[in-house]
Formats: sequence, C-alpha cells, structure tokens
Amino acid sequence: MNKKIARLWNTFILIAITAMSAALFVYMMGVGEPFTFMMGHFPAPWGNEIRAGLLEAGMALFFCIVMLLSLKGGQEHIDTEIDEEKANLYYIMINLLLSSLLALIYTNDLFTAYVFVEINTISACGLIMIRQNGRTIEAATRYMIMSSLGSGLLLMGLCILYDITGHLLMSNIKESVAYVYAQGTYNIPLAVSIGMICVGLAIKSALYPFHTWLPDAYGYSTVSSAAILSSLVSKGYIFLLIKIFYRVVGFDIIVNSKVINILFVFGLLGMIMGSVNAILENDIRRMIAFSSVAQIGYIYMGLGLGTKFAIVASVFHILSHASTKSLLFIAGVGLTDASGGSKKFIDLTGSGYRNPVAGVAFTIGACSMVGIPLFSGFISKLLFAQAAVGASVSKMLPTLICLAISTVLNAIYFMKTVIRIYTPKEKDTSFTKVGILEHPLYNIALFFMIILNMILGCCSQPIVNWITSGLNMFG
Amino acid sequence: MGGNLLANYGEAVAMILFGIGFSNLLLQKNLIKKIIGLNIMDTATYLFLAEKGYIAGRMAPIVVDNVRDVEAYINPVPSGLVLTGIVVSVSVTALMLSLTIRLYKRYHTLNMDEISTMLKKEED
Repeated sequence: MNKKIARLWNTFILIAITAMSAALFVYMMGVGEPFTFMMGHFPAPWGNEIRAGLLEAGMALFFCIVMLLSLKGGQEHIDTEIDEEKANLYYIMINLLLSSLLALIYTNDLFTAYVFVEINTISACGLIMIRQNGRTIEAATRYMIMSSLGSGLLLMGLCILYDITGHLLMSNIKESVAYVYAQGTYNIPLAVSIGMICVGLAIKSALYPFHTWLPDAYGYSTVSSAAILSSLVSKGYIFLLIKIFYRVVGFDIIVNSKVINILFVFGLLGMIMGSVNAILENDIRRMIAFSSVAQIGYIYMGLGLGTKFAIVASVFHILSHASTKSLLFIAGVGLTDASGGSKKFIDLTGSGYRNPVAGVAFTIGACSMVGIPLFSGFISKLLFAQAAVGASVSKMLPTLICLAISTVLNAIYFMKTVIRIYTPKEKDTSFTKVGILEHPLYNIALFFMIILNMILGCCSQPIVNWITSGLNMFG
Repeated sequence: MGGNLLANYGEAVAMILFGIGFSNLLLQKNLIKKIIGLNIMDTATYLFLAEKGYIAGRMAPIVVDNVRDVEAYINPVPSGLVLTGIVVSVSVTALMLSLTIRLYKRYHTLNMDEISTMLKKEED
C-alpha cells in the first residue's frame, strides 16, 4: 500500500475511535452505571466479556487523544526516518498497539488481558525497532527480555489464581477470592499469586530496577514511538494492575496482603534514582526517558500507599504524566532539530530562540514536571501529598520526604535544561532559525498538548471527581 | 506439607522448571540460552495448567454416544488456555530469534554484554 494512503487510513481510524470513545464517555456520564457486553455465544461464568464504566471510557478517550497528538507531532520524523517500504507497517503497529490498549482497558476476562498484554509488548517492540540502528535493536531485545520475564510471572500468577478460584471472569474471581479469603484455606497461594501478578506488571511497566531497556528505547527510536511508549504503553499495564486491585482481588485483600509495601518501596526508590540518573545524563532524550522512570515510581508509590485516595492520585498522575511526557518528547525533538540534530546539551544552547514554539512548549512541559501551579504536575503532586497525609503513619513520612527530594531533583535537571535552551549563543550562522509558521502540523499538535496539560492543571476538581466515581464503579 | 508436595509432584516440577527458566532468561549472557530459558519458563506454565486441568479417572468432554454424568468429564478450558499460551509463546520466540539474528549480523556476537560495550564504543 502507498505510504500516504496508509497514513490517511491510520489518521481516519484514530479519529473515528476517538469520536466513538467520546460518545461512549458522554453516554456513561449520562447513565452513571457500567454495562457488560457478552463476547461470543456463552453467558457469564463461561464466556468472555467486555465491560465499560466511567473510568474505562474516559481513559480510552484520553489514550486516543494522546496517541493522535504524538503521532501528528512526530509526523515529519516518521516520514524521514523510516524506510519507504516500512512506513505502512509502522501504521499497522500503531493500530495494533491502540487496539491492544483498548482491550486492556475494557476487558473483563483475565486471560484475554494476558493475551493483549503480549500483543501490546510485540507491537511496542515493533515501534522501537522500526528505525533501524544498533541502539534500537539492542533496546528492543532488552525490552523483549524484560517483558518476557514480566509476562511469565503474570501468566503464572493468573494460572494460580485460576486454579484457586476456577474462574477467568473478573467479577466471578472476586466473589471466589472473597470466599476463599474468608475461609482462610488458600492464603499462601493467594499471596503468591498476587505477588506474581504485581511484580510481573511492575517489570513490564519499567518500575525502577527493571528500567535498563528504557533509556535506549526512548532515546533512539523515532520521536512518536518514544512519546507513545512512555505515555501510553507502560500506563496500559498500570491501568490493568489497578483494575486487578479493584475488580479481581478486591481492595481490602490487596491492602492486607502486604504486597503493596514492596511496590511502595520500589516506587520511592524509583522516584529518587530516576531523577539522579536524569541529572547525570548528557543527552536530552535520555534525560526525559530517565524522568519517566521517576514518574513511574510516583505512580507505584501511590498504589503502594494503600488508601483509595492514593489510587485516585495515581490515576491522575497517569493522565498528567501521559500529557506532559508526550509534550516534552515532541518539543525536545524540535529543539534538537534546530541544533543540527544533536541531542547533547552543549549543542542545545540557545535553541529556544531558534525554534520559539518548541522552546515555549518545552518550558511548559518542564514546569509541569517540576510542579508549578497552573500545570498538571502540580495537581498530581498535591494529590500525592494529601494521600500521604491520609495514609498510615509509617508510610506518611517517607512519602513526603521523597516527594520533596524528588521535586528538588526534578527542578535541578529540568530548570538546567530550560536555562540552557534560553542561554543566548554568540552569533552562529550554522543553524537557521525555524519560523513559527514553518511546521504547521507540529505546532498545532504542540498547541493541543499544552491545552490538554492546562485543562488537567486548571480544572482538576471535575477530573478528580470523575476518577473517584469511576473507581467506585469498579468496586 | 510434604505429603501434599508428593501428591502434587507435577505442579512441584512445573514450579521448579519455571524457576529454572526464569533465572536462565534473567541471568544468561548468551541470547540463544536466554531464549531457551524463555521456552522452559513458558512450558512450565503449560505443564502446570495441564496438571491442574486433569482429574484422574475422568475423560475429555467429547460426547460420542450418550451424555454421561457431569462427574465423568474434565473442564476443557485449561487445555484451551494451554493452546492459546503456546501460540503466544511461539510468536514471542520468533520475534526474539529474529532480533537475535539482526544483532548477530551487526555485531557478530551473541553476548549481550559485549554488544553493550560495542555500542558504547560506537558512540565515542
């Protein structure tokens, strides 16, 4: 197929799915209760089901929007960096990724979730290595190894859970788990299974000690891939984990199982170590990638706090990080292009003047990451701090301390970058200035990403209310 | 405890194999050995499912003459899950092998650490 036709089809499908998700979201807002849809011909305990609630519908809409914006923002790079005959395969991978993300969001069946986790991994691997160089192939291999470890653990955990309960549908498993837990007969297998599922999904979403593949994968793949991978792929697994918390195991059993304490500790470690690594980095793309490690740490820290409000904060941070990180990646590539394609900080000096739109967008993204009011990052930090105060005393203090340290570290490396790109350079004719109207599609995408970020930052209360009622609908 | 382990020796073997596969995938440096570890790990999961899905003395739910009592048949879903899992692991293995071929063509080694050092050298 011709590359242009493939691109048009892809855009059309993305817009259509966005519109349908929006319609579903509006419908769910009106109805106010979830509905399930029977897949195939067998009713509930045997057959397969999908289920839509308020949170699922909103997440799907948000993921579609972020994907569309990241794709359009990096369009010029896709056109130039990917081989002519492989470009249409790239769009197939994008659609496969979106479909598996939607399946992860909507599915009500654990084994279906496992299958789509694998599809998600394979398509993400395709996105990493579509731009062929040594770095991306190595990163894709590392990614596959880590992901296989994670999915092996996930599958084994699911098998044990299936063995204990005899069901695959989430609502049926929850009933059986509650029964088994009350009986107290299978407590050790249950704990093992919960542990395996949590650790498996944590490995797949690059929680701190398992992040080794991440900087290379984000740093050297084409920019849309990096934005989509960091803002959507890892978030899909986290969303599945939250779903398992609420809809499969039950929130109280999870909190009592102590597994979340492990997630909590590694989340805190990730918050600090990701930022430290980002400070030491000398390459703007890899710095943003390490910042992702820190932000994933925030989300797991929220899951580990073990209160319902902390989960709300985590879901909000999923949204906030997805909108900010895609903005940073797309803006960052504008800056590197204006510096002759170099990603080193030395060469980026003054690039904020050479590409003013990208410079402003990067500054806004950086402010959001650091947590300046008006932008989304501030709200998620505020919510995390509130959640920490509401959590148990032994977790409150470490959380608040790590939040403070991590914010300072964030400020160090992001403000360093912003100062660097706005440091005037001596007259240098080797770089041409990029006009405001030169890349219309890129600028429009950046503009909408900034708007998305500001909406999350300024109208946070309705969004928090939506997340809360969506999570209540889970249970 | 010990008696349970002996009665469910199939599951115990599956778990041991899972551990072997997992540590191979994580710790081996050679890519092919890593992939072998991945396959051992996946197969252990299928062994576990198959062990759990079979109840001694019952038969597959294929009706040839008359439908007998429910107690006469096993649940077919675990076997179906094994088949689905095999399909997934075949495709993941194929992808891993193709990645390995590409890396080998580029760097002429299968050792992950050596590839990393070469990449670092390439950059400087």
